[in-house]
Amino acid sequence: MADTGRQTLPLSFTVNGTHYEIEVEPHELLLDVIRKRLGLTGAKRSCDVQVCGACTLLLDGRPVSSCTLPAFEARDKDVLTIEGMAQDGKLHPIQEAFIEYGGFQCGFCTPGMILTAKTLLDENPNPTEEDVIEYMNGNICRCTGYKKIVESIMGVGKPNAEAS
Amino acid sequence: MLRPFRLEEPESVKEASEALARYGDSAKVYAGGTELLLAMKEGLVHFECLVNVKKIPGLDEVRRDNGSLRIGALSTHRELERSETLADALPVLVEMEHNVANLRVREVGTLGGNLTFAEPHADPGTLLLALDATVVAQKAGGEREIPMNEFFVDAYEAAIEEDEVLTEIVVPVPGANAAVRYRKFGYLERPSAGVALHVMADDARRSVRDVRVAVGCVGPKSMRVEEAEAVLRGKSLDEAANAMAEAGDIAGRAADAISDLHGSAEYKEHIVKVLLTRAFNDIRAELAG
Repeated sequence: MADTGRQTLPLSFTVNGTHYEIEVEPHELLLDVIRKRLGLTGAKRSCDVQVCGACTLLLDGRPVSSCTLPAFEARDKDVLTIEGMAQDGKLHPIQEAFIEYGGFQCGFCTPGMILTAKTLLDENPNPTEEDVIEYMNGNICRCTGYKKIVESIMGVGKPNAEAS
Repeated sequence: MLRPFRLEEPESVKEASEALARYGDSAKVYAGGTELLLAMKEGLVHFECLVNVKKIPGLDEVRRDNGSLRIGALSTHRELERSETLADALPVLVEMEHNVANLRVREVGTLGGNLTFAEPHADPGTLLLALDATVVAQKAGGEREIPMNEFFVDAYEAAIEEDEVLTEIVVPVPGANAAVRYRKFGYLERPSAGVALHVMADDARRSVRDVRVAVGCVGPKSMRVEEAEAVLRGKSLDEAANAMAEAGDIAGRAADAISDLHGSAEYKEHIVKVLLTRAFNDIRAELAG
């Protein structure tokens, strides 16, 4: 069944509200399409084995590791990246909370942290600290800034009493 | 780096089986890809063609059928973790699924894909062995049932033919006087040791009428350990508690533990014993409650 011509697949999908019709080869990964072809570099390639969460994107609202997901899996789906969180120039409340509570150090894991926090809060608007720790355990912060990240997620929509 | 491959997208099991037969060993079923694509990205394996079975309708349902649960092989770990049917009838499977890998892998990876890939460091197979599950494999010419204890052949090798598609996992619902636990340990992303124990007590809940012991992750494949079961079967729960150290030693030795990054074989054998004892203690408390 040798086939010398390279196969392409139509990929019709929405990214951060914008509709795209492109063609991809079966082996192209969603992370590469988003970063290299659409120029959205918020999602990072880090561990490349679905462990760290730096490449997290939301596919129809569900978190996926885009480093190991073929782009064709996004057919007819809505992709949300960190670039799509702010609306009309206004940051999303989760982004505001990460600033308010200092939920990052180097920032490399932050896009994945914020997108995963969004699915957590969409599922469970009032999580306990334990819920947050348990839900977020697949997103790794190599700076180990976990305490502030948990405080940020717990603090969404609430002013930080300790902030000067 | 993923090398180019061709994608076939059949819309029925028959079409999938025919595509698989056509390509032979240069094709592989794609059912989520969370394991397969990692191996392909690393260059450990390459397939000219992936057969995406996710467009075949009806393979992701969970339903109760008399005394069994029939789980569609394309159910994702996350769907099983959140299945009300399972929460009701088989909470031990929900708990196990909830602790598979991480959220993103559970959203994409499927139970059928997990089993067929036969990665030794995985959770579901070990629990399904202790539950006496069977899997249904279909191909163009028909279908067959494979008991779980004949399914795993070796590391990364399951008893599924090249042109077969795993379509269902059938799990008998444990009886009223039964209790089941899956316990695992690990400090890496994948589990280092996993143990499943299924105790079927008598009506008075005083003795072990029958029992299943399964061990996974420590050796090349998940396996039932009948020698360990024999030590516990027929004993009162008190006597069985005293026999756990012996059963745990047997289970550890039988599991064919290997020394690797997860620990030495000796260490893993010890962990198997600890996990089996903890599983039994939890089961005993549940049966007493």
